[in-house]
Amino acid sequence: MSGSGLILAGVDGDRTWALQDYVARGGYSALRKVISEKIAPETIIAELKASSLRGRGGAGFPTGLKWSFMPRSFPGAKYLACNSDEGEPGTFKDRDILRYNPHTVIEGMTIAAYAMGCERGYNYIHGEIFEVYERFEAALAEARSAGLLGQNILGSDFSFELFAHHGYGAYICGEETALLESIEGKKGQPRFKPPFPASYGLYGKPTTINNTETFASVPFILNMGGEGFLNLGKPNNGGTKLFSVSGHVNRPGNYEVAMGTPFAELLEMAGGMRAGRKLKAVIPGGSSAPVLPGSVMMDCTMDYDSISKAGSMLGSGAVIVMDETTCMVKALERLSYFYFEESCGQCTPCREGTGWLYRVVHRIENGLGRKEDLDLLNSVTGNIMGRTICALGDAASMPVQSFVKHFGSEFEYHIENKKCLVPPEVQYEGSQIYVRP
Amino acid sequence: MLSQESLQQIDREIAKYPPDQKQSAVMAALRIAQVEKGWLPKELIEFVASYLGMPAIAAYEVASFYNMYDLEPVGRHKITVCTNLPCALSGGVHAADYLKKKLGIDFNETTPDGKFTLKEGECMGACGDAPVLLVNNHHMCSWMTTEKIDQILAELEDK
Repeated sequence: MSGSGLILAGVDGDRTWALQDYVARGGYSALRKVISEKIAPETIIAELKASSLRGRGGAGFPTGLKWSFMPRSFPGAKYLACNSDEGEPGTFKDRDILRYNPHTVIEGMTIAAYAMGCERGYNYIHGEIFEVYERFEAALAEARSAGLLGQNILGSDFSFELFAHHGYGAYICGEETALLESIEGKKGQPRFKPPFPASYGLYGKPTTINNTETFASVPFILNMGGEGFLNLGKPNNGGTKLFSVSGHVNRPGNYEVAMGTPFAELLEMAGGMRAGRKLKAVIPGGSSAPVLPGSVMMDCTMDYDSISKAGSMLGSGAVIVMDETTCMVKALERLSYFYFEESCGQCTPCREGTGWLYRVVHRIENGLGRKEDLDLLNSVTGNIMGRTICALGDAASMPVQSFVKHFGSEFEYHIENKKCLVPPEVQYEGSQIYVRP
Repeated sequence: MLSQESLQQIDREIAKYPPDQKQSAVMAALRIAQVEKGWLPKELIEFVASYLGMPAIAAYEVASFYNMYDLEPVGRHKITVCTNLPCALSGGVHAADYLKKKLGIDFNETTPDGKFTLKEGECMGACGDAPVLLVNNHHMCSWMTTEKIDQILAELEDK
């Protein structure tokens, strides 16, 4: 983890998660200001719009705009939810935010609740990180006893109750409406939209859902002003962003850098390529984002617009780096298995289609591919995309389409020669995906 | 069917939700029940459902949907290894292979002495720490070299 940027600044110690440390770093000053100066909700939302903060969970939707959709004057309950159900392969930033700087999420959510008139909120935390869930619970207890959360916050008439909800192993719950179903104590199956959560959300009430990193950015935006935050990055791509770098680099980990930082610099921060091998491919935004050849990636900067122009997505900011020893068929096989395993089963094109994708890639990898298989893969993805309730179907299809598009010759080699282009021993020592039989 | 302590924990979870939304606590209640009993037999799921005032089938739907609930008995220690792509690129598959050989079992199997069950996991959101193991659902072990795996297995052996 790198202790630079905003959210990760100065959080290298053992106790940086605690309230006392957070306050010493300037924490809760934004909330205190909002409450003591009775800042108008519209002003807060205007600052967010000026900051150009975009949703850090993957979709990149402008946060200020999302907040403005909430019917603030709607009578009755309104809810706030934080999406910490981080399970998109390659993404591990929210875990570090929650374990090293949980109070910035609590402060950001409390300001959000103030701006949108929410009385209650839930932070949905990924099942596999129970220890982080316990730490967040401890941080909540600290905030409550300091009067920063709960009834009459800081002696004002503003009240907000915040709780942690622990998931138990389902990738789909990272989809915002599946997450709401899960908080309601049901299977995590996405809802059809519209209605959108801002009108029909948790328990049927208006609800806003943002990612952990999005909420964590809010106190910084209010402290430095929307424009100050925007200027850290570049137009339409405000602020800093956490990038989770994994795969064939010397120092995998989270790096918080300004939006628009060249990929080559990020790679350098992560220690460069493992064993000095050559870069082959990068998945720049979590496993659902289309893969890009290394040479294309080396010309990109890390922001929504540059990555999108190159034909992929910044997504969650999960950068999966693969070197020349990687068999792209094997890599895709593992990803396709994941989507097959995690499809919730609600929509037929996704439930059946993800199985088809996995089985066809699996047979190509295992020397049983047929020459019509690449067309078959394209046909199946075409029949999934845009035909499902949520984006998991698209998420399963984009890796397949992009792997075949950019590395088609490797797939053809597999089908013709019934073996990998990269010799197994090279894979064993290098890419490590392969095990000896 | 559950200890007083577990029931108190469940009550604390129920209190997080609006009074008419007790069902929201079902995920936590099933987790707490599983921690006490080791796995979730049908009768236990039914007990949790009736404690929360929800249909048993609705609680079973939840228990069978989320993959960290065990609907069949597991060994004293359940070890889940992430083998998804980012972990695999940093030794996740090799770690799984080492565990299989060392324990003499495949995924979804339990050692004959009932001590260890091995599972293949999907993304745990900790790819930078690969190889990653999850012990009994709640304890994450990072950067698992073969030496560290040996050490952890030795520690668990006596527990």
